Amino acid sequence: MKLIACVNHVPDTAAKINVAAGGTSIDKNGVNFVINPYDEFAVEECLRLKEKNGGEVVAVSVGSDAHKETLRKALAMGADKAVLLKTDDDRDSFGIASALAGYIKEQSPDLVLFGKQSVDGDDAAVGGMVAELLGLPSVTVVVGLAIDGSSVTAEREIEGGKETVKASLPCVITAQKGLNEPRYPSLKGIMGAKSKPIEERPAATVPARVQVVGMKKPAAKAAGKIVGTDATAVPELVRLLHEEAKVI
Amino acid sequence: MKILVLAEQRDGKLRKSSAEAVRAARTLADQTSGEVIALVVGPSGSGAAAETGGYGAHRALTVDAPQVAAYSTTAWTKATAEVAVAVGANAVILSATSLGKDLAPRVAVRLQAGLAADCTALRLDGGAIIATRPVYAGKALTDIRITTPVQIYTLRPNVFTSGASSGGAAPVQTQAVAFTDADTAVRVTDVQMGSGKLDVAEADIVVSGGRGLKAPENFKMIEELAAALHGAVGASRAVVDAGWRPHAEQVGQTGKTVSPTLYVAVAVSGAIQHLAGMSSSKYIVAINKDKDAPIFQVADYGIVGDAFEVVPALAAEVKKLTGGA
Ligand SMILES: Cc1cc2nc3c(=O)[nH]c(=O)nc-3n(C[C@H](O)[C@H](O)[C@H](O)COP(=O)(O)OP(=O)(O)OC[C@H]3O[C@@H](n4cnc5c(N)ncnc54)[C@H](O)[C@@H]3O)c2cc1C
Ligand SMILES: Nc1ncnc2c1ncn2[C@@H]1O[C@H](COP(=O)(O)O)[C@@H](O)[C@H]1O
Repeated sequence: MKLIACVNHVPDTAAKINVAAGGTSIDKNGVNFVINPYDEFAVEECLRLKEKNGGEVVAVSVGSDAHKETLRKALAMGADKAVLLKTDDDRDSFGIASALAGYIKEQSPDLVLFGKQSVDGDDAAVGGMVAELLGLPSVTVVVGLAIDGSSVTAEREIEGGKETVKASLPCVITAQKGLNEPRYPSLKGIMGAKSKPIEERPAATVPARVQVVGMKKPAAKAAGKIVGTDATAVPELVRLLHEEAKVI
Repeated sequence: MKILVLAEQRDGKLRKSSAEAVRAARTLADQTSGEVIALVVGPSGSGAAAETGGYGAHRALTVDAPQVAAYSTTAWTKATAEVAVAVGANAVILSATSLGKDLAPRVAVRLQAGLAADCTALRLDGGAIIATRPVYAGKALTDIRITTPVQIYTLRPNVFTSGASSGGAAPVQTQAVAFTDADTAVRVTDVQMGSGKLDVAEADIVVSGGRGLKAPENFKMIEELAAALHGAVGASRAVVDAGWRPHAEQVGQTGKTVSPTLYVAVAVSGAIQHLAGMSSSKYIVAINKDKDAPIFQVADYGIVGDAFEVVPALAAEVKKLTGGA
C-alpha cells in the first residue's frame, strides 16, 4: 500500500499565545512547536497499515524549514520518507490543500491520512479540501478504520454517538483521538531519522481566499466570586445561579 | 445578499444549531436587503424546513432522493453546492457540527469559495462580512474576511442565539438534484447513538469531573448532579486517559470545545488545554479544594472545598429548587 500522512507543525498545546506586532499573526518567539497531536494518529495508522499490508509510508508537510522537525518526528516513528513542500508564507487552508493535492495526485496513493484538525488555526478543513480537489471519498473524525481489499469501513464520531461509513480506496481519512495509540519513537528510530533525507520541493501557490484582518487575545475575565469553603456555601451558590446568573 | 443555510434535522425536528444559523443569516440579510433560503437534505425534511421560517428563513427547499436516504458526504456536498448555484447564493452557512464540519471544506472547494470555519461572530463592515473565529483553541481570536465571490461559513453551536420561534412557517419547495450512484461514494451504513445521553458539545449545562475524584466510581455523584441540572457529563483528559470516562466526554483542546450556559468543573485543575475547550462558557462554577487551582481564574463562582461534600449537597439543593426530577 502506498500511504501518505499529512503533518502540520504547530505550537505545543501548553504554549502561551501572544499577538505579534501588526496584529494579524501570533508572536512565534519562545513558542515551542511540535507535530500536530492529531497528525500523530494519522502517522501511526499509516505505520500499522504498512505493517499489515506492506508498502510505503510518506510524511508530507507544507511550510518553512521549521517543519522539518515535525517530518523528522514522523520519520523517527517509522515513516519511510518525508517531503517538505516548502513555502514561507502563512497560508489559508485552501493554499495548504492545493499544495498537498498537487503532490498527492502525482503519487497516486491508496490512502491519505490527515489529523481531524490542526491545533493552530483549528479549521478542520485541509483534509476535506484535498479530497474534493482530487475527487476522492473522504471520511472525517475517524476513530476506527478497517480496510478489506479496496473497501473501507470507518467509524466516525458524531454528536452523542458514532456512525459507520463505507467508502473505497483510494480514500482520504481524518484521524480523531481514539483511532490508535501513537507509538513513541525508539532510540533506533530517532537515530535513523537523522540520516534519512527530507525531500524538498517548492509548494505550489494559489491566490489566498481568506484574509486575516485582525487578531487579538480574548478579554480577560473579571475575578469570580468565591462563595465559600465547604458544603454550607451550597445554598448561596444555588441562589446566585438562580437569581443572579439566571442559569438554573 | 442571498444566504443559503444548510439546516439539519433530527427526528424530523430542526436542530437547535440550525435555528441559530438561520437567525444569524437573517440578521445579515436584514442589513443588506437580502434573502435567507434554508435547505434541508434527506427524507421527511419538510417539517424541519417549514420550521426555519420561525427563525427568519424567507423560504425553504428540500432535496430528497434514495441517495440521500442516509447521510452521505459526497451526495450532501453535491446537493448543497448545486442548490447554492441554483439559487445564486452569495454565502452558504452551515453549523460547525459533525455534519457541517464534514461538508464545508468540500462544498467550499466545489464552489471555489473561501471558508471561515467555526465562527463565533459575524458582522458587516462596508458590505463585507467579517467573521470572528477562535484560533489556538481560543487563546486568540481572529477577524477574517473571505475574498471570493461565494463564501462559506460554519458557525459554532451554542454561541449565536436563535431566539424563540415566531411560530411562522417558511414556504417549502422541493428542489430536484440529479444524483447518480457515484454520488454515494461515501455513505453511512449504520448509526449507533449512545444511550440517549446528551452530548457534551450540545448540552446547555455541563458538569465535568477531573482526577481529583480519585476513582471512576466517584463519577456517580457527577452523573447525579448533571441529571439534577438536566445537563451532560464532561471529563478532563486525565480521567479519559486513565480510562475512567469515554473519550467522547473529554473537554479541551484535544477533546470537545463546549460553550454551554453553565459549566461546572469539579476537581479539575484547569490546565491550559482544558480551559481552551470551555472558557467561552457563559457561566463557570469551580469546585476544587485547592484555592490556587487555575480553574478559579476563569470561574464566575467558586467553592474552595472538598468535592465529596459539596457535590452531593449541590445536587440535593438543585433538586429542591427544581422540585425533584
Ligand atoms: C497535547 C496535550 C493535549 C491535552 N488536551 C487536553 C484536553 O483536551 N482536555 C484536558 O482536560 N486536558 C488536556 N491535556 C491535559 C492537561 O494538561 C492536564 O493534564 C489535565 O487537564 C489535568 O486533568 P485534571 O484537572 O483532571 O487533573 P489534575 O491536574 O491532577 O487536577 C486535579 C484537581 O483536583 C483537585 N482535587 C483533588 N481532590 C479534590 C477533592 N476531594 N475535592 C475537590 N478538588 C479536589 C486538585 O486540587 C486538582 O486541582 C492535554 C495535555 C497535552 C500535553
Ligand atoms: N501545513 C500543513 N502541512 C501538511 N499537512 C497539513 C498542514 N496543515 C494542515 N495539515 C493537515 O490537515 C489537517 C487539518 O488541518 P486544518 O484544516 O488546518 O485544521 C491536519 O491535521 C494535517 O493533517
